[in-house]
Amino acid sequence: MLGTLRSIWNVFLHLWHKKETVQYPEEKPYLPPRWRGRIILSRDADGGERCVACYLCAVACPVDCISLQATEDEHGRRYPEFFRINFSRCIFCGFCEEACPTYAIQLTPDFEMAEYKRENLVYEKEDLLISGPGKYPDYNFYNVAGTSIAGKDKGEAENERPPVDIRSLMP
Amino acid sequence: MNVLIGIIVPLGILFSVLTVAAGLIWLERRLLAFWQDRYGPNRVGAYGLLQPLADAIKLMFKEDWVPPFSDKPVFILAPIVIVITVVLAFAVIPFAPGIVVIDLNVGLLFFLGMSSLGVYSVVLGGWASNSKYSLLGGLRASAQMLSYEVFMGISVMGVVMMAGSFNLGDIIEAQRIGWFWIPQFFGMVIFIIAGLAETRRLPFDLPEAESELVAGFHTEYSGMKFGLFFVGEYIGITLVSAMIVTLYFGGWLGPFLPPIVWFTIKTFLFICGFILLRAAMPRPRYDQLMSYGWKILLPIAMANLLITGALLLRAM
Repeated sequence: MLGTLRSIWNVFLHLWHKKETVQYPEEKPYLPPRWRGRIILSRDADGGERCVACYLCAVACPVDCISLQATEDEHGRRYPEFFRINFSRCIFCGFCEEACPTYAIQLTPDFEMAEYKRENLVYEKEDLLISGPGKYPDYNFYNVAGTSIAGKDKGEAENERPPVDIRSLMP
Repeated sequence: MNVLIGIIVPLGILFSVLTVAAGLIWLERRLLAFWQDRYGPNRVGAYGLLQPLADAIKLMFKEDWVPPFSDKPVFILAPIVIVITVVLAFAVIPFAPGIVVIDLNVGLLFFLGMSSLGVYSVVLGGWASNSKYSLLGGLRASAQMLSYEVFMGISVMGVVMMAGSFNLGDIIEAQRIGWFWIPQFFGMVIFIIAGLAETRRLPFDLPEAESELVAGFHTEYSGMKFGLFFVGEYIGITLVSAMIVTLYFGGWLGPFLPPIVWFTIKTFLFICGFILLRAAMPRPRYDQLMSYGWKILLPIAMANLLITGALLLRAM
């Protein structure tokens, strides 16, 4: 009997407790930086596209929502001709981000992507590509990779020595 | 002049009772939310005050579905009965000196009769739905009402003996020397518990019991028929709160403020109390409800009646 009265009183005291509710549209919830939300394609610090169109993200995607077509520019550098993510299929698992060798594809803390028409959930490359480097500000794939591109020959990358001429006798 | 008052007072009471019942939908959801660390409906209008309006519009425009397997005339009649009985019971409640629809000399008996008639709505609704959950709900309602009606009647007899009248106005006037909740403390506690059971509110919502019986007696109801059960329940809360105030807490009596304000404040507090009980208490098992009623509350009510009678005789 006393226990019942005590529980009634304790419930009454909840009138002055802090509310658990987040008043969403006015008050945004805190999302951690690694939140797996809307997918973007980032650029490196120089402004070049990071994506090398290796298809690893499309292969890793368990629901096959990524489709792209690789092509090359005049210097032989690969980039995607189109890059399309169908967000009505995407399950935001983040496997594409894990698979990406160049940190190009990244998931961001944003979930407000509701649409009235399903077709509007298909994002093209111009919807996905952002102007900044995303979560990895200093990373540039070609600065650490051995391949030669326009303006950077083999052996000029970071922590890289010039290639050894294997036909020469000199050490 | 008298004719005019005779028209205005019933209409005013009817209007305010129905408005309060609608407002209670908002109040209950809001208060329950506060006691569960939430906000509750706060979007429609200022503080969500227009929520009942939105709910009403929604209920009105829902499909009015009568199941083909049901007993149709009774199915349609049942929700009407509950609203009519609780609204009729308000006829005898004196809100302030002179503000009462009928000054019945058996007002208290009229209230008891109307609240017992109200259970027909639940039982018939459960029966006419022709589905097992509804029938179980109706069965529970009838058993609960039979048990709790008994000592509800017995518990108020102490008040009647002290006031010497069944007229609710006279009962309030008799409380000028002291509100009856002090001498009739056990009677008050039992009346509140029985009143809760009469309105089928949460600690005693076994006829509804949404975690066991889908929605109990109104499983098959939808649209405004369901809405009428809802409105009936909320008017029932107001009615029982007003009765508690009238019988045990001096009705309109109180210093400084006008009588109607005192009556409203007291009734409002008890309504909030009912909502608090809903927020805080679990539903008892069916056999617990029965044994609690017959083995504990009935003997206390009887003892209360006996001791009150003995003391009154001694005082005479």
